[in-house]
Amino acid sequence: MKSVAIVGASLAGLSTARALRAQGFGGRLTIVGAEPHRPYDRPPLSKEFLAGQMTTADLALEGDGEDLDADWRLGVAATRLEQGRSLRIALADGSAVEADGVVIATGAVARTLGGDLGGVHTLRTIEDAATLRADLDAARRLVVIGAGFIGAEVACVARTLGLDVTIVEAAPAPFARALGPEMGAALAGLHEDHGVRLICGAAVRGLTGEGRVDGVLLEDGRRLDADVVLVGIGARPVVEWLDGSGVRVGDGVVCDTGGATSMPGVVAVGDCAAWFDPALGAHLRVEHWTGAARRPATAARTLLSGGAAVPDTLAPPYLWSDQYGMRVQFAGHTLPGDEVSVEEGDLASRRFLAVYRREGRTVAVLGVDQPRSFTRWRRRVNEPAGAR
Amino acid sequence: MIPACPLAALPRGEALRVETDPPIAVFHTEDGELYAVDDTCTHQDASLADGWLEGCEVECPLHASRFDLRTGRVDAPPAKLPVRTHQVVVQDETVYIVPSDLPPNLPPGVRTGSA
Ligand SMILES: Cc1cc2nc3c(=O)[nH]c(=O)nc-3n(C[C@H](O)[C@H](O)[C@H](O)COP(=O)(O)OP(=O)(O)OC[C@H]3O[C@@H](n4cnc5c(N)ncnc54)[C@H](O)[C@@H]3O)c2cc1C
Ligand code: FES
Repeated sequence: MKSVAIVGASLAGLSTARALRAQGFGGRLTIVGAEPHRPYDRPPLSKEFLAGQMTTADLALEGDGEDLDADWRLGVAATRLEQGRSLRIALADGSAVEADGVVIATGAVARTLGGDLGGVHTLRTIEDAATLRADLDAARRLVVIGAGFIGAEVACVARTLGLDVTIVEAAPAPFARALGPEMGAALAGLHEDHGVRLICGAAVRGLTGEGRVDGVLLEDGRRLDADVVLVGIGARPVVEWLDGSGVRVGDGVVCDTGGATSMPGVVAVGDCAAWFDPALGAHLRVEHWTGAARRPATAARTLLSGGAAVPDTLAPPYLWSDQYGMRVQFAGHTLPGDEVSVEEGDLASRRFLAVYRREGRTVAVLGVDQPRSFTRWRRRVNEPAGAR
Repeated sequence: MIPACPLAALPRGEALRVETDPPIAVFHTEDGELYAVDDTCTHQDASLADGWLEGCEVECPLHASRFDLRTGRVDAPPAKLPVRTHQVVVQDETVYIVPSDLPPNLPPGVRTGSA
């Protein structure tokens, strides 16, 4: 393979570039990124950066003096992928990049509610974080729509800034999709402890206000006053640019356990990719930092070997979240019906370690402020039943 | 020299945090070696004593940066800066640390009590 083009210049794209070079790829490397910035880290955008404890420079993902010998094409989006004698990527400025191998790393974007009222935010980019922070500084009441991790973290920061905060969630408990309803409910208490109003099982009918938002209307007729609204209802993979390319897309780019897509010479990594997870027997799109940082090493091997390399064992998905100084860590994947038991600490103290089991096998682990035992338990996820 | 703990209190494969400023982590490897480094990861605020010890490397419990305990070198990102190392001395069955006089590489937002 003489040339590789990576589309998406964030965590997954950068990690793949590093892996390709580390694995001895000496050919031409082009990295195309729609954002004008060098690769930066997103998790602090809802945490330390939003709180003002980290600067833009702190977000840089590249090391000082790091040089991958790549041609960076930043501030221009890829618009099409075509397969001829080589692979060809058309860019929004009318130019094109040709390469023998392509890495799809276009990530995800925040889902929105539509409309164009001022004061309504989503959070995905550094610009989003800066405008959200400016709005929070001038506001008294924040309503967060959706009790996912990003929304909850913004709620924490807003509380420390002294705002009145309400979270509205359609499901019966927060974090239910990621953690299951039982543990989601256990974490709800953490927010209530810190004076956040949590309204679950409530659907949003719409936003009110003229020009600028002034409230959130619920299906049950209630209206919540708001100066700022954060819409935290998840993200969708960025795959539209692959329309017509022949690359198979479902909820994200469909990949095997090594990151190979349906098109030879093309792999996909990070938030845009749904790799086949043998432990689950299904394709699963993982939207967490560690997968976007670690799976690229496997994808690079797949690409350089032309698919002949045996993929590494897939590490279970892992995420962390910081809430009110508590460190929430979760590894694995839970499905409705899993048995959950608290193995260390207790729910009342809000510091505990919980284990999820399916047919006797540990399928996931949740730690709240238990980093040391989490480190150990995490390694048991997906071990065959009865291995310990 | 700062006393850390009795040697018997730190079995092989275990780690311990000493509440100095900034805190120091002491590791006893499976091979019987003792190493000390700053406890706070150079990436963000996580305790390396809570991490996963494998050979002469510790993996950060939060984002899995790996540090070589002998030199403090970063073996796997996201950390960019090495972690400061300290000398370990065992005397009369007690583990002591000789703190480094180099400046620490603390992550953004984490300060020592004196600075
Ligand atoms: C606010 C926030 C907080 C988070 N907190 C955590 C956390 O605490 N823990 C955790 O595990 N995970 C967290 N995450 C998730 C984590 O940041 C993502 O998993 C990670 O960023 C995924 O990396 P990626 O490179 O796949 O995608 P992205 O970071 O989304 O990057 C994709 C890049 O591709 C570019 N792109 C898109 N389309 C094109 C195109 N057509 N042409 C060229 N370039 C294109 C985009 O502009 C973007 O720069 C958080 C995410 C956000 C937004
Ligand atoms: S805090 Fe250690 S790797 Fe991030």
